[in-house]
Amino acid sequence: MGNVKEIYRFRHKHILGIEQFSVADIFYILDTAASFKEISSRPIKKVPTLRGKTIINFFFEPSTRTRLSFEIAAKRMSADTFNIAASTSSAQKGETLIDTACNLEAMNPDIIIIRHSSSGVPSLLTRHVRASIINAGDGAHEHPSQGLLDLMTVREHKGKIEGLKVAIVGDIAHSRVAHSNIVGFTKLGAEVRVAGPATFMPPYIESLGARLCGSVEEAVQDADVVMALRIQKERQDDPLIPSLREYSQFYGINRSLLRHARPDVLIMHPGPINRGVEMSPDVADGAGSVILEQVTNGVAVRMALLYLVMGSEGSRVG
Amino acid sequence: MTIVTILQNGRLIDPAGGVDVAGDLWLQDGVIVPAREHLPENNLVFDLQGKWIVPGLIDMHVHLRDPGEEYKETVATGTRAAAAGGFTAVACMPNTHPVNDNAAVTRFILEKARGASARVYPVGAISKGSSGEGLAEYGELKEAGAVAVTDDGLPVFDSQLMRRAMEYAGSHELLVISHSEEIALSRSGSMNEGVVSTRLGLRGIPVAAESIMVYRELALAELTGQRVHIAHVSTAAATDLIRQAKARGVQVTAETTPHYFTLTEEAVAEYDTNAKMNPPLRTEADRQAIREGLRDGTFDAIATDHAPHSVLEKELEFDQAANGIIGLETSLPLSLNLVRDGVIDVMRLVELMSTAPARILKVQGGTLAVGSVADITVIDPDREFTFTRESILSKGKNSPFLDWKLRGKAVLTIMGGRITHNEME
Ligand SMILES: [Zn+2]
Repeated sequence: MGNVKEIYRFRHKHILGIEQFSVADIFYILDTAASFKEISSRPIKKVPTLRGKTIINFFFEPSTRTRLSFEIAAKRMSADTFNIAASTSSAQKGETLIDTACNLEAMNPDIIIIRHSSSGVPSLLTRHVRASIINAGDGAHEHPSQGLLDLMTVREHKGKIEGLKVAIVGDIAHSRVAHSNIVGFTKLGAEVRVAGPATFMPPYIESLGARLCGSVEEAVQDADVVMALRIQKERQDDPLIPSLREYSQFYGINRSLLRHARPDVLIMHPGPINRGVEMSPDVADGAGSVILEQVTNGVAVRMALLYLVMGSEGSRVG
Repeated sequence: MTIVTILQNGRLIDPAGGVDVAGDLWLQDGVIVPAREHLPENNLVFDLQGKWIVPGLIDMHVHLRDPGEEYKETVATGTRAAAAGGFTAVACMPNTHPVNDNAAVTRFILEKARGASARVYPVGAISKGSSGEGLAEYGELKEAGAVAVTDDGLPVFDSQLMRRAMEYAGSHELLVISHSEEIALSRSGSMNEGVVSTRLGLRGIPVAAESIMVYRELALAELTGQRVHIAHVSTAAATDLIRQAKARGVQVTAETTPHYFTLTEEAVAEYDTNAKMNPPLRTEADRQAIREGLRDGTFDAIATDHAPHSVLEKELEFDQAANGIIGLETSLPLSLNLVRDGVIDVMRLVELMSTAPARILKVQGGTLAVGSVADITVIDPDREFTFTRESILSKGKNSPFLDWKLRGKAVLTIMGGRITHNEME
């Protein structure tokens, strides 16, 4: 025993969430993404890796940023891409999600990238279509490519993830980005703290691996990374906060709060920012802000994911 | 001369008479008759060595979907599934289209039930159209054959209406069945609020959504001095409330279902809509508390909340999919697990599945006493089978128990002397 070193192989046909990955998987994706990032800096930003592959962007929620990022990633790898913006109202017309997905099968896609407001839809699709499914955000469940690009960005700056203190502030309960980040950073050995009003905390948040802090000050204390989440506009059916004004007063990230953090703290935000609400403008645009790098790394991570799910083709059926 | 059905050499289990003996049971002209010394000329004899002879099982919480959603289930298919599951009678919930809130719908259901494979006891609506406003006509419902009232599927959110329903139903000797749910807490949720909902990113239904309403129903039963039946209890909290209320003399009865004492929220796994129902599957602690409630008498009955749906309602996004699972064909083997696990004894099992439902609904059956209706279930406690999709008689195939290996089966079901299901080898 011990002599035979097992050769690592990426074995995932679908990317549904960071929860499915081992530590080795995550590092492999990040390393692959780093190599693809180089392509993006070339004068001719295109490689033939996925020539002849068909990729469908199947978006049930408006999302220019994530869709564009996946589309750029696919094009840089020479894949044929199609965008299908569906609305959940087609369900009311009697066509179910499964019907629509089965219609897409006629195009014989290799990869379907899906964004949907209901948690679990990517998982549901894997049971009905033959293509690889990549989750581009499902409900309040996961947004794995966002989590991975955040890991990539932090790793580039800090050289590691293990041992870092990461504060995530805001509406954790309704944020798939927070979910993927909590799971991803925790898997790689960071200490994740979350803070925000109790109305923004999912039940048993600690079960995901995060530490629930009583205040934002406590969460950012000695933090290496501070991530603020976008606050959704107030919900009619569920009074979560009295006003954005009060939220920013008590939970907004500003300079004086960041005095509690490490001097080299990184400032992150999955975007788009409500300036002056979850983050003051001087923080968003100031030292330590890596918000624009997040966007660049997003393309690299998504190229890596497209490449890797196609690399696992041996396990494909039919 | 009429045929005499003779069930020989079985184990007769009759909670009503406290009987658990080896013996024979004779049935003639739709009733249980005394055994005679000599075999009559026209006889149909079953040798039931190793099998149990129990009063016909009664499921007091079933959705037959008829009228209005016959593509999901009909009186005919639902009662066929019931008979196969060992049931000789079912109480059917009023959330049909139209809602069973009047004598005409009740009579329509009973008309369809003539010649069906099980007795059907229609349950009327509490409010007109189950809208939560105004009382349905209980006097006429009762005359037409309704045995209880409920707005099942929905809670009665107006406490004054629920109070009046209990009072007025009392005047007509109708049972009020409560679907206990505080909808303001539950409406945005699609599974139990807890560790699993957080992992899956699904909005949760907290325990308090059930316990708040159960407490209200108990308080109203106490206020009015009327009886109330709490349907499909899923939580430890509600079980405790019912136990305490019984101790202080509140006229409350309660049921739970096989899925609440068998499964937990973990069954949702990867967004399996066959594990989605209302109230939702809860935690292991709740499951244990439900089992304790079955053991100590807090629960009077096991019901299924049989809720057939087609793939149109179930093969959907988890949060969009309909609530409910079928249960008629799995209830008995899952309940037998309680006996095998030492939670309850056989006598108590039959009490929960037959004698008590008959008593609560004030309907015939639930006993093997001579002169009683010949509603009989013969159980082979050791018969093993795999619950496959193809084997299901219900139109609904929405079960979290698909492909489970189950043990214990009704091998002979007799309703009013007529054989409605026969799997004797
Ligand atoms: Zn109900």
